[in-house]
Amino acid sequence: MANKISDETIEYVGILAKLELSEEEKEAAKEDMEKMLDYIDTLNELDTAGIEPMSHVFPVNNVFREDVVTNGDGKEETLANAPLRKEDSFEVPRTIG
Amino acid sequence: MSDILKYTAAELGKKIRERKVSVKEAVDAVMERIRTVEPKINSYVTVDEDGAYAQAEEIQKKIDTGEFTGPLAGVPVAVKDNLCIRGGLTTCGSKILSGFKPTYTAEAVCKIQKAGAVIIGKTNMDEFAMGSTTETSFYGPTKNPHNTEHVPGGSSGGSCAAVAAQECYCALGSDTGGSIRQPSSFCGVVGMKPTYGTVSRYGLVAYGSSLDQIGPIAKDVTDCAAILETIASHDPKDSTSVDRGSYSFTEALRDDVKGLKIGIPRDYIGDGLDEEVRRAVMQAARVLEERGAEVETFDLGLVKYAIPAYYTIASAEASSNLERFDGVKYGYRADGYDGLHNMYKKTRSEGFGEEVKRRIMLGSFVLSSGYYDAYYLKALRTKALIKQEFDRAFQKYDVILGPAAPTTAPRLGSSLSDPIKMYLGDIYTISVNLAGLPGISVPVGRDGKGLPVGMQLIGNVFQEETLLRAAYTYECATGKQYEAPAAGLGKGE
Amino acid sequence: MAKQYETVIGLEVHIELATKTKIFCGCSTEFGGAPNTHTCPVCTGMPGSLPVLNRQVVEYALAIGLATNCKITQVCKFDRKNYFYPDNPQNYQISQLYLPIARDGFVEIDTPSGKKKIRIHEMHMEEDAGKLVHDEWDDTSLVDYNRSGVPLVEIVSEPDMRSADEVIAYLEKLRMIVQYLGASDCKLQEGSMRADVNLSVREAGTDSLGTRTEMKNLNSFKAITHAIEGERARQIELLEAGKDVVQETRRWDDNKEHSYAMRSKEDAQDYRYFPEPDLVPIVISDEWIAQVKARQPELRTEKLERYKKEFDIPQYDAEIITESKRMADIFEAAAAICKKPKKVSNWLMVETMRLMKEYGTEADRLSFSPENLAKLIDLVDDGSISGSVAKKVFEQVFLHDADPEKYVEEHGLKVENDEAALEETVRKVLSDNPKAVEDYRGGKEKALGALMGQTMRAMKGKANPATVNRMLRELLKSE
Repeated sequence: MANKISDETIEYVGILAKLELSEEEKEAAKEDMEKMLDYIDTLNELDTAGIEPMSHVFPVNNVFREDVVTNGDGKEETLANAPLRKEDSFEVPRTIG
Repeated sequence: MSDILKYTAAELGKKIRERKVSVKEAVDAVMERIRTVEPKINSYVTVDEDGAYAQAEEIQKKIDTGEFTGPLAGVPVAVKDNLCIRGGLTTCGSKILSGFKPTYTAEAVCKIQKAGAVIIGKTNMDEFAMGSTTETSFYGPTKNPHNTEHVPGGSSGGSCAAVAAQECYCALGSDTGGSIRQPSSFCGVVGMKPTYGTVSRYGLVAYGSSLDQIGPIAKDVTDCAAILETIASHDPKDSTSVDRGSYSFTEALRDDVKGLKIGIPRDYIGDGLDEEVRRAVMQAARVLEERGAEVETFDLGLVKYAIPAYYTIASAEASSNLERFDGVKYGYRADGYDGLHNMYKKTRSEGFGEEVKRRIMLGSFVLSSGYYDAYYLKALRTKALIKQEFDRAFQKYDVILGPAAPTTAPRLGSSLSDPIKMYLGDIYTISVNLAGLPGISVPVGRDGKGLPVGMQLIGNVFQEETLLRAAYTYECATGKQYEAPAAGLGKGE
Repeated sequence: MAKQYETVIGLEVHIELATKTKIFCGCSTEFGGAPNTHTCPVCTGMPGSLPVLNRQVVEYALAIGLATNCKITQVCKFDRKNYFYPDNPQNYQISQLYLPIARDGFVEIDTPSGKKKIRIHEMHMEEDAGKLVHDEWDDTSLVDYNRSGVPLVEIVSEPDMRSADEVIAYLEKLRMIVQYLGASDCKLQEGSMRADVNLSVREAGTDSLGTRTEMKNLNSFKAITHAIEGERARQIELLEAGKDVVQETRRWDDNKEHSYAMRSKEDAQDYRYFPEPDLVPIVISDEWIAQVKARQPELRTEKLERYKKEFDIPQYDAEIITESKRMADIFEAAAAICKKPKKVSNWLMVETMRLMKEYGTEADRLSFSPENLAKLIDLVDDGSISGSVAKKVFEQVFLHDADPEKYVEEHGLKVENDEAALEETVRKVLSDNPKAVEDYRGGKEKALGALMGQTMRAMKGKANPATVNRMLRELLKSE
């Protein structure tokens, strides 16, 4: 039952999560994740066959807004916290080579 | 002036309405208190002194003109730092949100503003509400006002400590797996997590969206009901907000539990529970029994599966919710990056703390290709089964009673080294979030070290009134009033 | 002998819906606007903001699903698709994976060998991303979230197409359907319709699918055709050389007419889909479906048949008129007003087509009102203006939606119905042209034409030709 997390897996999850771990952190993360997954694996003791996965606890459906413009020019508020702003846009490192 | 601090929110509100205390005097008292105790407690990330006085002036005018007549008008309130307030720093206890000032205000905060409360500041918390001790905050740990060598619990530790230490009269917290009830228990205050959908989540920085609820933290049950009545609403901005029709929670404050059926799950008072906590909680149960409630123990199934199911679901949702913190739109951006993806990675690796990274990694893994069914769907199926167990229990009982936490507040620095052990501390609170139920923690005594013990009452969905009535009856029966920490704030110095 | 290859193509078509507001917030979807003006906390992924679904998005998606013969998923949900990119402010896109709103549909296209069904695998609702502008000089990109949160449907076909022509026919068909529904304007150049092409090749006669690639960034029919041809050739070349086709996403560069792999270690393409906890399920009742069906406008095929039957207009004319919903709308409205469908059809088929060509106008952009076309037809019919004047007036209707009555009035183009004045002119023409008069009386019917022309010229076109004709014959007989 004991889960083994490989270096490749930690590397891969780091890419998905956009986290860069030091060698030391990677080892700790492997150990953490193995322990947690072993713990989570205790759920396999439960027979959940035929049980519908439950994302919402009670049945609220069909919550809509009407198609009416309610917002005006949001530019200054949107950009108010920008770490790097250029004119009226957010600036990021170039995305396409 | 220190007399003012002893009032509950309702008492202070009344004095203010009667013009016996001015709003400014209330703010003066709180500010002075903050200056005295904050260096030892660190409840707040931000104290907005200028803002508080400006609000006080406005609010006093509106009280004088009769515009504000409610119980919270003029009352100094603290807000957990994961609730957005327009123009005010909102950090979630994280470096990654350094300098972030939202341009909008959380709906729950709007509600207390409209009720005329004075917002004193933003309280400390475990980073992004991930933790049970308020030690994972980038802005340093908060300490338990009853003994500053101990933690206040978490993640709403700042809010609970601020109320306990009389640095405000009541506060807002958020509860994803026990984050209001557990620190309320540790700090000897009353804290409630309402039924999912009762308080709008708009403006609450999300941790586990399907589990998060905002709730009140107060000195007593009366204040708790008044705050809940103020913040609960059907909000069209939150699709998961429920229209409950009636929001008159204060009407539930009746000293009467005759015929109320209370069940105590055997797994809540068995192995792993501290003996002093068990004794205090069982004594409280006897008090309710003496007042006419029918109390018995029963078997609630699946208790031990709640934690692994919770950490799977909460981590998965958190890994997604926290993707937006990337150095592009707000908050921290690392220096000296090379290209886009390196900017993301450096920013996030430097901006998030250890526990947050741990949960993001776990959450990303359980959702990743090939594991989704085995982990995430399995946890959602377990959640369905846990809900069924509660449904069964509530066919028989009106209220489920137990401790809020297995122990009283642990010592600072003793919890973080073993995450699973720390997670086990959430065993009594976590399933309530999975099932969307309301829960309240009420102080019922102290252990040998003088640290508070909390009793948790759990109700069926939308049964906050029943919980408030039971908790209020307990308060009336014991003549319990809010107990401030001993002068000098315990032994920590 | 060289092997024969078959191209197998499936399409993922994104269509921006014509709602006034974004899918999850009350920001305008209007095109253009300075960067980040149409934004709010929700569509910029601010912490604590929450999405609320625009009902009209569901209505449009239902209409498209029904019009493409799909089964509607009566309990459908949104999921999060997680990937980091700066145009995606939350770093997840709210989309649908597990329970898309529509599934298992088809549309029919015309091919040289007859009608062909292109099956639709599924259609889902999702939010659009923002726009990135790349700065060549300082190695940065600029992010504008105006388009972030604009509602899209993505229609995923089965791999049922075998050539670029079939792909274009399929896209034209989808465009026609969606435009008819009023659910989108479907403009490839402006990006309100976008297609990703999944393509593989296999030896002719085999059934198994080859490894496919996905091509993105195709924003014209020309680019799609070139990309399909280029990719087919590239894959065949690989197979002929004994190499494998790699399953990957490729970006088409229409200027270089070349595609290149978008591979990067950082794009793991593992989207970690899970149900969006901030939104609740959409339950679509039978009644709701029935309501959408009842409101469903007539689509092109039905309309074409009806025009032929109801208005007795030829197949070719009906095809031209129904090719654009705008033109069909003008046709029907004008016909309803003046009650002369054939004449309306003639004006559209002849003068409208001529002016469209002359001014390079697309049928979708015809800007004149059916009322003014109907008025013009009535003016001709009641003899108020002549045919040649009518053409001049119509140009003004076509260009500026001029009111023909006012225009004719203001420019003095009305036919003179003052018989005395006309008679005077006719008498003058007769006395000025004794030769023609003599010819006519001598039995040369043709001579009347010359006299007609003279009279009309003298009247500056403002005479009713029928009246002139009658008067000429009367006067020629009497004298």
